[in-house]
Amino acid sequence: MKINGAQAVIESLRNEDVDVVFGYPGGAVLTLYDALYKSEFPHILTKHEQGAVHAADGYARATGKVGVCFATSGPGGTNLITGIATANMDSIPLVCITGQVGTPLIGKDSFQEADMCGITTPITKHNYLVKKVAELPRVLKEAFYIARTGRPGPVVIDIAKDVFAAELAYVYPDTVNLKGYTGKFTGESCEIDAVLEVLKNARKPVIFVGGGVTLSDTAEYLQKIVMQTGIPVVSSLMGLGCIPATYAANLGMLGMHGTYAANIATMECDALIGIGVRFDDRVTGIVEEFAPLAKIVQFDIDAAEINKNIRVDYKVIGDLRWSMPELAAKLAATKTDLKAQYGQWHDYVIAMNKETPLSYNKEAACIMPQQVIEVVSKLTDDDTIVVTDVGQHQMWTAQFYQFLKSRSFLTSGGLGTMGYGLPAAIGAKLAKPETTVILFSGDGSIMMNCQELATAADYGINVKVIVMNNHVLGMVSQWQRMFYGERYSQSKLNGKTDYVKLAEAMGVHGLRVTEPEKLEEVLKQALAIDGPVLVDVLLPEVEDVLPMVPAGGRLDQMVLGASKE
Amino acid sequence: MKYILAVLVDNRPGVLTHVAGLISRRAFNIESIAAGYTEEPDVTRINIVVSVDDEIELEQVVNQLNKLIDVIKIVNLTRIDSIQRELVMIKVKANPATRSDIINVVEIFRAKIVDVNRETMVIELTGEQSKIDALCEVLADYEIIEIARTGAIALSRGPIPAKSL
Repeated sequence: MKINGAQAVIESLRNEDVDVVFGYPGGAVLTLYDALYKSEFPHILTKHEQGAVHAADGYARATGKVGVCFATSGPGGTNLITGIATANMDSIPLVCITGQVGTPLIGKDSFQEADMCGITTPITKHNYLVKKVAELPRVLKEAFYIARTGRPGPVVIDIAKDVFAAELAYVYPDTVNLKGYTGKFTGESCEIDAVLEVLKNARKPVIFVGGGVTLSDTAEYLQKIVMQTGIPVVSSLMGLGCIPATYAANLGMLGMHGTYAANIATMECDALIGIGVRFDDRVTGIVEEFAPLAKIVQFDIDAAEINKNIRVDYKVIGDLRWSMPELAAKLAATKTDLKAQYGQWHDYVIAMNKETPLSYNKEAACIMPQQVIEVVSKLTDDDTIVVTDVGQHQMWTAQFYQFLKSRSFLTSGGLGTMGYGLPAAIGAKLAKPETTVILFSGDGSIMMNCQELATAADYGINVKVIVMNNHVLGMVSQWQRMFYGERYSQSKLNGKTDYVKLAEAMGVHGLRVTEPEKLEEVLKQALAIDGPVLVDVLLPEVEDVLPMVPAGGRLDQMVLGASKE
Repeated sequence: MKYILAVLVDNRPGVLTHVAGLISRRAFNIESIAAGYTEEPDVTRINIVVSVDDEIELEQVVNQLNKLIDVIKIVNLTRIDSIQRELVMIKVKANPATRSDIINVVEIFRAKIVDVNRETMVIELTGEQSKIDALCEVLADYEIIEIARTGAIALSRGPIPAKSL
């Protein structure tokens, strides 16, 4: 079958079961968009390429499938960069297809030319520049394979304009042939046996859950392990939801804004079992004094994660889809009554968590941000997907929303990208149309991609946007309050923007709530509306995210929340 | 500590960008890089001399490089019995008064004079890095005009190639 390069791209998307593409057309991808038009391939036109890539990311996080976006050459491609870096830091599978100027024009500083492969090399799992049409089927096959297998990640395919128009005899390969890469990651069983010995000798173990459990969809095995042994659980931001928040020995998030119990348990445990975690600096505080009493174990698919930030005592390198079932089976077969062995420790951490829970002071006169999260948590069902932007509201969501399932919390963890939330929520809603999708954003973050409200309105994408409006860049001003002598340099917004009018101008229903007594009612109203809604929630300017371990501090040196002060 | 790694990569466009991009992104300390074709037409061998504080840092370099899709295999040739060589060309001032002294030095080092004119000479030497460093040091007395070094390459001793190690 002779078709052109653009049609080959669309055919390949069909072969990879892609059901929607997010993108924005332009000069170098006109032929691609012509093929899309002729084949009526589902496409969401965002208002900005950054919106397209974050939407593809939200789609990928909600489903585990590969998110796909299109952009044109030059500025189209460079507008994707923040989104690609966001996906790369959180290991999200994306295939980003960008147009490049025609092959004779490459390297001549041609109109709308940018070296996408050069630019994206440090922020992608892999990238390609396609200058020959015959390579297209192989490159697309490899790109999807690389993006979704192993440790997932974004792949960029930069395709020269003339390649889209050139003809080829299209055959989509069944297999990939990569000498230096295999998607198979079964490890050594003896490494799991060593972990079993660690657990048998432990009295005070803690399981530390990370994003790897979400990415590999292995939460059910982990839940089995946790239920069977009673090992207390702490979680990174990316691991939230893998173990239900309602489980008593789930101590919640650890690290900079972790719970008291999670941080103290980490400091006191004698075995720390890290599963799909990368010991990020927001988690560890000062690395030399992280979990000082523990034998540290790390389960990861990526050998380069072992000993990168923290020196570990034991490692299990391999896909969690291999190691988790095997660990669960071996634990089930063990004769030692681990539950009894850990009983005292299990009860101790639960008591600690009850004694020093997350807390804040409710005010009669104003709505507290934590309260907003709690009310939404109460009003929404178990399947709800919660998306955030970045800053104080993100941490409050992590702390106060009761996550019950993996893939229910979508947030930019590694890169911390403000402006991620709205487009990601749009992507998630398109992926899971039956699911309620809530976005918690801030009055800072929402403005970084507020143009996508128009996308939500145009396509009738039913996302609920809750703007936690405190008139400041909350996290910046918190640091300025704590560490910079209250010099609020450029962090006061005090803008004249009316978020309700902004929403309405874009075609989105706008609501506002200022009084605590009305909060629940307005949120209920927002949830009941069939279509996208923005709720502007007015909050006090000064409120800190607590507990807080100052950067580079030790996990047990926390500034605590309201009730302890 | 310095280690020499033989990195076998797929000979595809962009592979050097990927390797260089990774080194820069991870802030690895690289002493030299030398790349060239191999006995297999589609495989390039990149010889990297890396300077690290300890074995764990070395492990990071190897593991991170291994993650690159184009990287087929990495062999640490420092760990096994191997031969390391580097080639240098040195252009040095050589007037009639100093010429015979320089020729003496060249002979002592078993180097070669590959170009000579009334004012300068070009000296070529193949050897281990330490030997090349030593020659450069001695020739410094005669005013070196320029130096071109290839960076180290290495090959294991015995019949087994790196790809099978």
